[in-house]
Amino acid sequence: MSKLTRAEVEKVAALARLGLTSEEVEALQGDLNLILEQWARLAEVDTSSVPASAQTIVQVMPLRDDTPSPSLSVDAALQNAPARSGDFVRVQAILSEEADG
Amino acid sequence: MSWEAVIGIEIHVQLRTATKMFCPCAIPAEGDAPNTRTCPTCLGLPGALPVPNRTAIEKVLAVGAAIGAKSPATTRWDRKNYFYPDLPKGYQISQLDLPLAEHGSIAVTTSAGSGSVRIRRAHLEEDTARLRHEKGADGTRASLIDYNRSGVALLEIVTEPDIRDGETARRYAEELRLLLRTIGAADAEMENGQLRVEANISLRPSSDAPFGTRVEVKNMNSFRSVERAIAYEASRQAEVLDAGGTITQETRGWDEGSETTYTMRAKEDSHDYRYFPEPDLPPLDIDPAWLAAIVAGLPELPGTRRARYVSELGLTEYDASVLVAEPRAAALFEAARAAQKELDAKLLANWVSGEYLRVAKEGAADPDPDQFAALVAAVASKEINGTTAKALFAEMITTPLNIREVIVSRGLGQISDTGALEKIIADVIAANPQAIADWKAGKQQAVSFLVGQAMKASKGRGDAALLGELIRAALDR
Amino acid sequence: MSAELRRATAAQLRAGFGSGAFTSLEVVDALLGAIAQEDAALGAWLHLRTGEVRGEAQRADDAYAAARASGAEAVRALAPLLGVPIALKDLVNMVGTPTTAGSKILEGYISPYDATITTKLKAAGALILGKTNMDEFAMGSSTEFSAYRRTVNPWDRERVPGGSSGGSASAVAALHAPLSIGSDTGGSIRQPASLTGITGLKPTYGRVSRYGIVAFASSLDQIGPFARSAQDAALMLHAIAGSDPRDATSSALPVDAALLTLPQGDQAASAIKGKRFALPKEYFVAGMEPGVEAAVRAAVAALQSAGAVIDEVSLPTTEHALATYYIVAPAEASANLARYDGIRYGASKHGGGDLLDGYLATRGRGFGPEVRRRIMLGTYALSAGFYDAYYLKAQKVRTLIARDFDRIWSAGYDAIVAPASPSVAWKFGAKMSDPVAMYLADACTIPTNMAGLPGLSTPCGLSEGLPVGLQLIGAPWSETGLLSIAAGYEALTADAPWRAQEPTDLAALGGAA
Ligand SMILES: [Zn+2]
Repeated sequence: MSKLTRAEVEKVAALARLGLTSEEVEALQGDLNLILEQWARLAEVDTSSVPASAQTIVQVMPLRDDTPSPSLSVDAALQNAPARSGDFVRVQAILSEEADG
Repeated sequence: MSWEAVIGIEIHVQLRTATKMFCPCAIPAEGDAPNTRTCPTCLGLPGALPVPNRTAIEKVLAVGAAIGAKSPATTRWDRKNYFYPDLPKGYQISQLDLPLAEHGSIAVTTSAGSGSVRIRRAHLEEDTARLRHEKGADGTRASLIDYNRSGVALLEIVTEPDIRDGETARRYAEELRLLLRTIGAADAEMENGQLRVEANISLRPSSDAPFGTRVEVKNMNSFRSVERAIAYEASRQAEVLDAGGTITQETRGWDEGSETTYTMRAKEDSHDYRYFPEPDLPPLDIDPAWLAAIVAGLPELPGTRRARYVSELGLTEYDASVLVAEPRAAALFEAARAAQKELDAKLLANWVSGEYLRVAKEGAADPDPDQFAALVAAVASKEINGTTAKALFAEMITTPLNIREVIVSRGLGQISDTGALEKIIADVIAANPQAIADWKAGKQQAVSFLVGQAMKASKGRGDAALLGELIRAALDR
Repeated sequence: MSAELRRATAAQLRAGFGSGAFTSLEVVDALLGAIAQEDAALGAWLHLRTGEVRGEAQRADDAYAAARASGAEAVRALAPLLGVPIALKDLVNMVGTPTTAGSKILEGYISPYDATITTKLKAAGALILGKTNMDEFAMGSSTEFSAYRRTVNPWDRERVPGGSSGGSASAVAALHAPLSIGSDTGGSIRQPASLTGITGLKPTYGRVSRYGIVAFASSLDQIGPFARSAQDAALMLHAIAGSDPRDATSSALPVDAALLTLPQGDQAASAIKGKRFALPKEYFVAGMEPGVEAAVRAAVAALQSAGAVIDEVSLPTTEHALATYYIVAPAEASANLARYDGIRYGASKHGGGDLLDGYLATRGRGFGPEVRRRIMLGTYALSAGFYDAYYLKAQKVRTLIARDFDRIWSAGYDAIVAPASPSVAWKFGAKMSDPVAMYLADACTIPTNMAGLPGLSTPCGLSEGLPVGLQLIGAPWSETGLLSIAAGYEALTADAPWRAQEPTDLAALGGAA
């Protein structure tokens, strides 16, 4: 099992939108590599004919009737917003388009 | 040199539901104040959970059945992870490898003939919030977020790269929209953003060459722009390639004003969406009986209906497609035919696609189909003339009318009695010497004028064709 | 009087309110007094509803008074926890109160809605005293990863209470509340219950609604009670269990009414006879403290001498449960914690230059070191090129873990008996620099979460003067059975000297304030 390089740690941090200091990246690189050693042991387990379980106690999916319920008031919805502009939530402009659905 | 364009279409359409996909918030209406249709779930508040909307799922299953697609025995939702201010949870609940429908197709007719576009998959996901951009007095730029649309049920339909030109792409999108409207899955109003079309376009030198680098084109706000944007983009790529250049993988926007595409985003590192099964939702078993009931509830589909109108009712292809293109019109046509089984289908079709569609486009309410049928039947039997019929139609879309009663009580019956009409004609000829002189001078329009005068004198009840005949005869004498 | 009220169980309080022996307000005041006196040293609480809860207690007392006037039947008909003060782990949403999940990133957040269990607890008449401390986003085994304060173990102020529900565990152990709510993703109820000498139950996945509980790992999280008796734990489970139309993973099974009438005393003890318990050898691993092993084996011997059949069994995939858990839980957490972006709520560092910088600073500074570690792990496990080797592999091993347990239930065992923690409470800082050592603290509890099974920890003695917990693991939906066994074990050991021992630093807590 190869070890995570510093650049790989930085790439994962960027993907997770975690702004880290240089020391934090270094500490994480050490921690993650220790944990990856544990993960690597899973390769020993023979799972060739084993299905994956996303959940182990599985319910029948309940479906909701298409009947509206009252929404939150605007004040309740926005009461925790760090920045507002009228009844909108405000955030600084997206300068570089970097994601889409 | 000549290039073959390879085009795939991705359509996002808002489903017609009363509530959002995973929460019971009402679907925002045009003009709703911002952030008035939200709850912990669609705001992504800590601790909130999704529960799927049955109607949304049933509508997608219906779409799947209507395009001849297969639905899996068990489906599930997945999380698609990315960060953006319009995505409250930091992931979108979507479907990766078990979409609700797969492997369908839609028949499309273009100026070049008939063909079909294969559909790879149709899946159900949630919409994002809406961003509006604001520039402050100090020049700072901000995005304002309205979460009303966050979580609205969205159907994504992706074709195989089967399309070769803009016209086919347009026809495909139009036909899909019609299908969605006909089965009641969506309103799909493009101008409201309820239906969004994206095209992936690449060129290759021949049909057996590998695919070229593809460009994604967005911001096409009408079917016409779909056709023109694709045509433009294909020719732009051809020019680049002919000049020895290479195509950059990117996303381009269609600019309606200049009728060109422009770079929206250069290709960045490919997205790593880290999809994984949504642990807040169990898998969904699609019970065959449930699916069968949905299939049984499907109305006649547009293609079938058009073919039947031509083969069984003798309508022209054009008339059939005009009727079928507007589900309300087709519904009125069907209901009127059911009320008056012997009614001439062509005459009825003319009335629906003429008078009815004209007022329907202006937002008028639908007439009562039984009375509408009675009206057209009275025209067919020449009991009333066209002028009277149009006046009655205008009245019946605002006020309930019993056509049979009104014809009798108001004495609207068409005058086809030759004696009565000749009397009127004699008076009209006597009163209009100038018209007679004109006619004698060879002006044929004088006849039309006299027919008009005679019709007026008959209070609009004269048989127009008979009047013309009789006037010509009188003048000839 | 005040000291007795603090020691009373919820069942005793309910009886006393009913008979008029004392009032809910007296109890609330006694607890608030203790909290005021001791919490500076204990560090269990993050938010108190001092103002509201006294009024709620008065209304409960009015209801009891009115019912008493109408007779015993009317008193019995009152809600089962009416007037009983409880604590919520600070990841349970309650409208109008802060919910921080122990994180700076939710500093100042006021919830606009009630979790389903909050609604249910209110309906059961419980009075919510306040919210308790926890490891940030429930990630930790010692509560040292709280962004707010240190919670000490009332048995030794130098030691951790376990985690992540350390505040809820210490509050109940230190007699600040008879009942509290915890959450258990990898052991966060059973392990602190073990370390603080109380009873903690993790129900079957799906038994209790997760709606309104700040999510850590959605396929593993379960909510459950801390109590000082099996009977009390059963009362609280009865109040919070049940299907919820807002949680698609909640079970439609009805709530077991027998939870309200759990057998006690001799009746409970005699029910142990003939029970079949499986003792998995993999749970007595190298590195387990000898004192813990001795206490657990003594408990097993006590069950055996009461007529239970004990068989040693093997759960071979146990050794892989830890690695599996540390892939699945961080993967789900990496998505669950993506919503903390400083845009709609929480501590925000947006507003400077670029949007991307706002995200990076908000999340980089808002999350503490353990949460950052797990987000990194989870993001990596799901990222392109590694998904199959890590996440998908872990999902398959998870299937094998569940099959290990299935074999035990197919063989007809009533429960698995095992230690709840390989060690007693450790000193602050002992495992902070070594994440792998900290993760091993949950080795005995994690497999249960991976399989979604119910498990509880019940006190079974002391090692070096510190509590040891006996873990009982059951088949899906067997909570009533597990609690009945725990009640039987309580009765069997009622006269054991260690049962008389109260937390050794309890008196010192008040002195330190
Ligand atoms: Zn909502």
